[in-house]
Amino acid sequence: MSSSRDARIVALSTGLLVALAAAVVLIPMLSRQDPIAIGDVLALRLLPPFSRDSTGAFHLLGTDRFGRDLFVRMMLAGRISLAVGIVGSLFAGAVGTTVGAVSAWLGGFVDRLAMAISDALLALPRLVLLLVCAALWRPGLLTVVLVLVLTGWMGVARLVRAELLGIKSRPFVDAATALGASSSRVLWRHALPNSLGPAIVATTLGVGNAILLESGLSFLGLGIQPPRPSWGNMIAGGRDLIVVAPWVAVAPGIALIATVLACTLLGDAMRDRLAGETAGTLRERA
Amino acid sequence: MLRRLAGALLLLWLVLTLTFALIRLAPGDPATFLVPPSATPADAARLRAELGLDDAIVVQYARWAMRLLHGDLGESFSLHQPVARALADALPVSIGLGAASLALTFLIGVPIGMLQAVRRGGALDTSLTVATTLAYAAPSFWLALALVAVFTYGAASWGLPPPLRLPAFGLRAPGLELHGIAALGDLVRHAILPVTILTVVGAAGIARYARSSIADVLGQDFVRSAWAKGAHPPRVYFRHVLATVLPSLVVLFALSLPGLVAGSIFVEAVFAWPGMGRLMVGAIIARDYPLVMGAAAVYAAIVLLANLAGDLALPLVDPRRRE
Repeated sequence: MSSSRDARIVALSTGLLVALAAAVVLIPMLSRQDPIAIGDVLALRLLPPFSRDSTGAFHLLGTDRFGRDLFVRMMLAGRISLAVGIVGSLFAGAVGTTVGAVSAWLGGFVDRLAMAISDALLALPRLVLLLVCAALWRPGLLTVVLVLVLTGWMGVARLVRAELLGIKSRPFVDAATALGASSSRVLWRHALPNSLGPAIVATTLGVGNAILLESGLSFLGLGIQPPRPSWGNMIAGGRDLIVVAPWVAVAPGIALIATVLACTLLGDAMRDRLAGETAGTLRERA
Repeated sequence: MLRRLAGALLLLWLVLTLTFALIRLAPGDPATFLVPPSATPADAARLRAELGLDDAIVVQYARWAMRLLHGDLGESFSLHQPVARALADALPVSIGLGAASLALTFLIGVPIGMLQAVRRGGALDTSLTVATTLAYAAPSFWLALALVAVFTYGAASWGLPPPLRLPAFGLRAPGLELHGIAALGDLVRHAILPVTILTVVGAAGIARYARSSIADVLGQDFVRSAWAKGAHPPRVYFRHVLATVLPSLVVLFALSLPGLVAGSIFVEAVFAWPGMGRLMVGAIIARDYPLVMGAAAVYAAIVLLANLAGDLALPLVDPRRRE
């Protein structure tokens, strides 16, 4: 792929994500429609896209079964999906980086224990692990984020550890030690900043992944709980309306695909620049 | 090899211990889910004692571990049957679904990736890249709903003949006693949509990977030498190029299992297939500890077995790995 095309893809996906972030913050704030309260159900429910209701309010994407405006609801859901995805994978990346760094630096028993736990957690498909954690604790926003962090740090930990083990024996690390820097200073100031490339790529790719997982959990009824909207539970809500009112499930699905697509393309572009291909990216998706 | 096997068993044990800890750390009392609505707190307490949930967590762990060593997975709280039986009923459904999708995923994904790599930069490559990237980003449960809308409800409302309307629920047509070929045909019809969804999502990922790894190989000297000595295209592509990327595809085969499991959990949920995914989700919601542990054990064993099989198969396809 040519680099000008790469640059265009990066610009396009960044633009999409920024526009989406602005829209999900501003639109529910500025709109006069209440995306959660249920009004005159019989008069307002299941209006098709681009229609005007009896009060004269315009519904860009129509309304759902309770007469709530789908577009405003979708934007409110986008706040949650984006926030959960970004916060979940950022924290997972931070935890993974810390575990990987400490593990590589200390070695010995700590290293073996940390890697054994990460191997064990990787041996369960991530969704299975997510389901076990998410369903046993009270479902909701905090649980979803916590569970994403708990099940998402292992990949980054392995990457950081592998990078650090390679860097540990490089001359600049010896030089820093010889100059009298403490072991932890050498790690945090010299070695770690030089080994973050793959971790950054994995974390970026993890955002789209986390958004997909959140929507999946919410679709199964184990994630974000209605009436608070999330793209996943909105799709679940449109499931039995797929014949009479397909827009209810289609609209959040398209928002979901576009967001995940932008995150994936951005992550891919970063990987091409920062690190080599890892088979682990496919595994991360699980 | 024995060392690897022992390592895998140890890891399996660790997975189960972690799952045990996770489940028991979670709040929520299974007894309150299990007793009938009319039960008194005393009834719940009696049930808790009966199930051994009042004992110290260490005692419960030891008891569970001893039973497992004797091959006993325990009794399901919610289904009132042995966990092993519930798993044995559900596993073939999921394995059938998974095996068919995995085979199709590679049979379709690798050629697409290869075609893209060979025609790199062309219109075909570009449109296939767009298609695979889109499919890779699409959630399987949403795709499932979309396909059901088109091929089940849509096909019915457009008046298509019954054979073209694909069923959206379950494994077999309800209320019909079918035998032999007819029963098999019915099963296949029910399997088309679920298998298609898992295949589309999986093949998109494989094609993306195959495209980049094959493109790397195509630029190497030994491929140019093969062209230079006058080898025919099929020979170059299969004997030289594909043979070179085969080991990484074998590794990918093992690595793609967790993704397949995830997809099948959603697909089973949408299509109401009585497989492992539905069993697991139901068990979690009902706080059915033994069944959750059993299902987790099966999933972990599948992943670890796939990794082992990948390690075993690697020397077969990669002469450099032979000792």
